[in-house]
Amino acid sequence: MQKYSVFSLVKNAFSNHENWDLAWKDPTPKKEYDVVIIGGGGHGLATAYYLAKEHNINNVAIIEKGWIGGGNVGRNTTIIRSNYMHDDNALFSEFGMDLWRRMSQDLNYNVMFSPRGIINLAHSDAQMNTYARRGNSMRLNGIDAVLLNREQVREIIPMADFSENVRFPIFGGLMQPSAGTARHDAVAWGYARQADSMGVDIIQNCEVIGFDVSAGKINGVRTSRGDIKAKKIGLCVAGSTNILAEKLNMTLPIETHLLQACVSEPVKPVLDNVVTFGAGHFYISQSDKGEMVMGGDLDGYNSYAQRGNLPTLQHVLTEGIAMMPFLSKLKMLRTWGGIMDMSMDGSPIIDKTHIEGLYLNCGWCYGGFKATPASGWTFAHTIAQDRVHDLNAGYSLNRFNTGHLLDEKGLGTKTWIS
Amino acid sequence: MRSQNEFSYGGDATVKRPELGKEISDQDWDNFVYNRKSLRGKHWELWQHLSGCRQWIKIQRDTATHEIFKTLKANEEIS
Repeated sequence: MQKYSVFSLVKNAFSNHENWDLAWKDPTPKKEYDVVIIGGGGHGLATAYYLAKEHNINNVAIIEKGWIGGGNVGRNTTIIRSNYMHDDNALFSEFGMDLWRRMSQDLNYNVMFSPRGIINLAHSDAQMNTYARRGNSMRLNGIDAVLLNREQVREIIPMADFSENVRFPIFGGLMQPSAGTARHDAVAWGYARQADSMGVDIIQNCEVIGFDVSAGKINGVRTSRGDIKAKKIGLCVAGSTNILAEKLNMTLPIETHLLQACVSEPVKPVLDNVVTFGAGHFYISQSDKGEMVMGGDLDGYNSYAQRGNLPTLQHVLTEGIAMMPFLSKLKMLRTWGGIMDMSMDGSPIIDKTHIEGLYLNCGWCYGGFKATPASGWTFAHTIAQDRVHDLNAGYSLNRFNTGHLLDEKGLGTKTWIS
Repeated sequence: MRSQNEFSYGGDATVKRPELGKEISDQDWDNFVYNRKSLRGKHWELWQHLSGCRQWIKIQRDTATHEIFKTLKANEEIS
């Protein structure tokens, strides 16, 4: 594999950049692999990469119905954080933060990780107390957290509405300084390029039609490009999890819902951090191009549409304007939607299943992007060793049966209420 | 035609609470509380006309195109 560096950049400049190697191949599927990963998104690509890198399992195929990185890894608002209160979520996410910090070097691909900090705004005394508690929990788990008062928040984000007569005055906020953003597509491409270089076959335009299961064991997968045998198969298909689960006669604690995001026209640098509104569901950051990147609530009903409807977008942006009134002056450049695998307690599932050799990675709700490296790492471990790692032991499938829910937000099973 | 804003979602309409007073398995309870088919295509679901007459209704909607095929009153059985 060609190493990317300033020298290779200069060298290729002399030939008008016409001689770069392809970043990954376009192989024809083989008859059999040791492991097949279904889903060529961030998590699937990361899983294949860590299978090869950490477990020396190179005879791996990723099969993807569309093109790699065309799903949620290409549609998110790129926020990376580990500001969780529950131990399972906190330790898993913080492990991921370490992988994020090293990712550009590990992958020899600039993922533009930008630890610019996230601030969750508080709009009442009660919310400040809740944030103090969450911040303390985070610090006990070794995650940086700073409780900010109103004046401290004003210094960092002066463009927020600090006037006296507002419906949701800013009381302060909880900041995780090490949180940030990254270039989402680069994450998919970086993992794909490295996985490919270690022997992983990335097979695009290959739809799963069915599974070959006998005597409680998985033997392979039937695809639009022929049957592929594998003793181990990992599902990493986010919003399409229920569609594949049905082919396996499984019913999961997952509903597929639509989440929208949008960007404004690009403007000069105005916002240094990721900021979330505390009296609703709205988050914002500014991209390197200058666009304000925004998102918020689910559309609120089961959906596979991959495009949103206006009432939710209007509601979300109303919250944004309440928080930062200058947003009302900006023109909207683009809006889009992706389909989320909403689990019934808001936390993911990375586990074995009742079918031997079939592994499940789903339930990321709208927090999947930041989890990409940790999810890939732990899922690869679970597949390679045929047992869960301590980091994903809390993300079991049967926790819904045993009552060990990881309900970070305390919302219960109404996944569409965000 | 009414605005979508007037309606509030109530989830999968095919889910049935296990009968009261009967012995049920953990699996039955799981299926009622947590497990959902949530497929692409036709989906029976509950909606409430919250900012209107406040009636609950059942709607069969396509989850990919949002086309509505059938509606029923909340107490009518899905046939």
